[in-house]
Amino acid sequence: MLEHDIVIIGGGPAGMAAAVAAFDRGVNDVVILDRDDDIGGILRQCIHNGFGLHKLGRELTGPEYAAVYKKMVEERGIKVYYETMVTDLTSDRVVTASNRDGILKIKAKAVILAMGCRERSRGALNISGKRPAGVYSAGTAQKLMNCEGYAVGKRAVILGSGDIGLIMARRMSLEGAKVEAVCELMPYSGGLTRNIVQCLEDFGIPLYLSTTVCEIHGDRRLEGVTIAQVDENRRVIEETKRYIPCDTLLLSVGLIPENELTRAAGIPIDPITNGAQVDENRETKVKGIFACGNVLQVHDLVDYVSDEAEIAGTAAARLVLEGKGKTEEIKTGAGNGVRYVLPQCISNRDGDVALFMRVTEPFGKVRFTVRSGDEVLATAVRLKAAPGEMEKITVKADKLALVKDTVTVSLEEI
Amino acid sequence: MIYDVAVIGAGVIGGLTARELTKYKLSVVLLEKESDVACGASKANSGIIHGGFDPEPDTLKAKLNSTGVDKLYKTAQMLHVPHKNNGSFVCAFSKKEEAHLKELYDRGIENGIEKMSIISGDEARAIEPNLSPEITAVLNVPTAGIICPYELTIAAVGNAMKNGAVLLTDFTVTSIINDGCFNVSSADGRCVKARYVINCAGCYGDKIAAMVGDDSFEIIPRAGQYILLDKKEGARVSHTIFQVPSKEGKGILVSPTVDGNLLTGPTAEAVDCPMCVNTTPEGLETVQRLAAKSVPSVQFREVITSFCGVRSSEKNGDFIIEESKAQKGFINVAAIDSPGLTSSVAIAEYTVEVLKNAGLELELNPDFDGTREDPHFFRHLTDEEKNEYIKKNPAYGKIICRCETVTEGEIRDAIRRDPKPQDIDGVKRRTRSGMGRCQGGFCKPFVMKLLAEENGCKMEDVTKNGKTSQMVLGKL
Ligand SMILES: Cc1cc2nc3c(=O)[nH]c(=O)nc-3n(C[C@H](O)[C@H](O)[C@H](O)COP(=O)(O)OP(=O)(O)OC[C@H]3O[C@@H](n4cnc5c(N)ncnc54)[C@H](O)[C@@H]3O)c2cc1C
Ligand SMILES: Cc1cc2nc3c(=O)[nH]c(=O)nc-3n(C[C@H](O)[C@H](O)[C@H](O)COP(=O)(O)OP(=O)(O)OC[C@H]3O[C@@H](n4cnc5c(N)ncnc54)[C@H](O)[C@@H]3O)c2cc1C
Repeated sequence: MLEHDIVIIGGGPAGMAAAVAAFDRGVNDVVILDRDDDIGGILRQCIHNGFGLHKLGRELTGPEYAAVYKKMVEERGIKVYYETMVTDLTSDRVVTASNRDGILKIKAKAVILAMGCRERSRGALNISGKRPAGVYSAGTAQKLMNCEGYAVGKRAVILGSGDIGLIMARRMSLEGAKVEAVCELMPYSGGLTRNIVQCLEDFGIPLYLSTTVCEIHGDRRLEGVTIAQVDENRRVIEETKRYIPCDTLLLSVGLIPENELTRAAGIPIDPITNGAQVDENRETKVKGIFACGNVLQVHDLVDYVSDEAEIAGTAAARLVLEGKGKTEEIKTGAGNGVRYVLPQCISNRDGDVALFMRVTEPFGKVRFTVRSGDEVLATAVRLKAAPGEMEKITVKADKLALVKDTVTVSLEEI
Repeated sequence: MIYDVAVIGAGVIGGLTARELTKYKLSVVLLEKESDVACGASKANSGIIHGGFDPEPDTLKAKLNSTGVDKLYKTAQMLHVPHKNNGSFVCAFSKKEEAHLKELYDRGIENGIEKMSIISGDEARAIEPNLSPEITAVLNVPTAGIICPYELTIAAVGNAMKNGAVLLTDFTVTSIINDGCFNVSSADGRCVKARYVINCAGCYGDKIAAMVGDDSFEIIPRAGQYILLDKKEGARVSHTIFQVPSKEGKGILVSPTVDGNLLTGPTAEAVDCPMCVNTTPEGLETVQRLAAKSVPSVQFREVITSFCGVRSSEKNGDFIIEESKAQKGFINVAAIDSPGLTSSVAIAEYTVEVLKNAGLELELNPDFDGTREDPHFFRHLTDEEKNEYIKKNPAYGKIICRCETVTEGEIRDAIRRDPKPQDIDGVKRRTRSGMGRCQGGFCKPFVMKLLAEENGCKMEDVTKNGKTSQMVLGKL
């Protein structure tokens, strides 16, 4: 059995930033395990702009953003195990992984989970019809196009108007394919406004809201899809069914945090975020195991991923160096208009704590209020709020000192 | 050359029949219209080894089901096909249905089925705690089991090939002319000559029979839709849970699979054609509703995929296994709907008897080897053993499918082993790569590359399922 101070599972932006932060906090023995032949995670296939504005103050492509962090990892001499798939994790922090050299077992003082997400598949949607080629999850198509250099189709329909769906609509158009429609089940898009403008409107691609794909046609390669509007209960309205011929259907219908290993270690999962329940240090309920990035909660901006990973990396290093533990557990919770709040609990009151959250549906101007009992800990006003954009509100340490009870965040329209 | 026997259709029946024939000194060719074996009913069914209480006594179904169970378990062992003798429960929800259970029990006794018993709902729930509280009595059938149907087919064909049989894929039989021997021609202009022809074409059995002027039966296609759930749900029940057939439907089952998933279905719907393998919202809704009747706690949000298979039924309700009255030397093995999988080994043996009676001389093949090495041996090794194996074969250390933990070594082996998969679905059926919860979202590009590399073709020639199902169109 090998031994390392900190083992990081996944070398995407989260894993890289966590490794750098842990190293800079004083732990030299940090290793990253990634199943791919390079680090960078999903960024490697995101060749569009839009990364790094908040964090690095300039707009980069995904691979450029990843390269910034990869350089930091290399400069510090942090060891990376490439093409190494982690297959098991125990609650006492034994990591089992497999690569071309064999099966390795590593005992770690701290583990940081940074495995990212996978995409929801067609199966999970239970779309009826046949099972031809040409139905891709958007990320798989993105990988085939951007990393392997292949055209996936000539005429496409895209289901799901999250950022990945929008970006793939533009990508397909740029490669000369005709994107017939982007369909969105909800009455609003889950994507960033800038993406709706730059990826759909600029290319004349129609966005159909409250619309779904209800049947897939074609025996071998996709021949077309039936789309239809849905009512407020998301049931198909029969009269609105119509057929669109196409050879490609891209599904961009949600990301699922890759928490198989988390579950294997017996770590409790939040049913709303589908990620581990963590405290403000991003430490899970199992001591010494931390989580950050998309495996913890689905992020829209990589900048926030890096921030979150720094918190986890720093805290893991502190645990290794100082053995500092949790002192208490104050729960957090979502109130009116808020879908979830992360972290799910607060264990120490020695500093400011940033709370991250998503709203339940699109709102106009709102005021967020963070409360504990009758005490108002923080407020924030936003001109608009949408489920697609993560909100961040910081509670100051002096306010935290007043907390006796659960900390909740709610909003009211103003 | 003139083959002794041409078998049309490489489903489980054609595959096992071809294998059975290679036990004798015969030249055998297996003709399949798809690019791979097991593309018809044999890939989309419940995978249940039925106890044998259901068929009407004195039918071929009753006889071949009751004798077929043991034969299938033995063959599955020899061929290393994943299977399990998990037993089945048939559940009654009322006094009326309990009477029906008793009838099934009596019929089972008449069919010679052993070890059955009727137990109370509470006794059943003591064994299967997730069964509905509404269940009042259960027919317990300990001899029943589950098996991987497509792997059985692949193994049977592979073993037949090992013993000398020839497989021709993408061979859609379009005409059969007898001019002293049979000339079996395909849509793409190939022709195979054979002294005997066996029609194992599943739902197309009547069309094939018609090619020799035999219109004595008509196949009625009946679709069955399924929902397959994540392994998280796989332990919901350990037995296969049936319901007493009622007017609501004929047996939506809830069953673990040999791979540890949970299977629910099938519906039973008349459809227009054997190609009608599309699922429908209504069908999937019915599956969910009726499965929840037996096991209310099934979590349908854990769905991985849904699929549909088409049964080849016939109005008389029995298997048809006989020499055609219209054409000597032409044997129909038709209307093989459920329990066709259970009976498959018995059907293959019976078919060879029919051939013998039709005049084919059988001389034992002393070189016949009815075993297959376990293609999944790697999965079953300990970590130490895996390590040693990886030292010699590093490709076994590289995991391609994260959900089902399938390595590059296993995929390369599968691509090289007879019957060789031509496409992504073929690799999937042999290795489980892409069958897990992400449904190939992650491994698909890797599998495409391995297929292209091993088969010496371009990425744009890699297909999903059959010749015209290209995955990508070409370089950007
Ligand atoms: C298609 C797409 C488009 C996006 N567009 C933008 C954008 O325009 N702007 C923006 O700011 N953000 C964008 N994002 C969001 C941002 O890229 C992600 O939030 C960020 O990449 C998440 O980082 P991560 O490190 O948590 O996960 P990932 O980047 O997914 O990295 C996870 C890493 O873990 C590895 N891994 C997983 N499981 C294992 C295991 N068992 N063993 C070993 N290794 C493992 C993977 O190989 C991978 O390298 C986009 C995301 C996607 C998916
Ligand atoms: C929904 C459903 C559930 C079932 N459940 C069970 C169960 O639980 N237990 C059980 O015992 N049985 C079950 N069965 C029955 C079992 O699946 C079948 O009896 C068995 O698979 C039939 O195998 P086959 O080889 O006859 O048919 P198929 O597998 O359909 O094979 C026929 C083959 O012939 C080929 N073919 C057709 N036309 C041509 C042509 N012109 N030229 C060349 N090739 C041709 C086809 O491509 C196909 O590969 C079920 C069936 C269905 C559909």
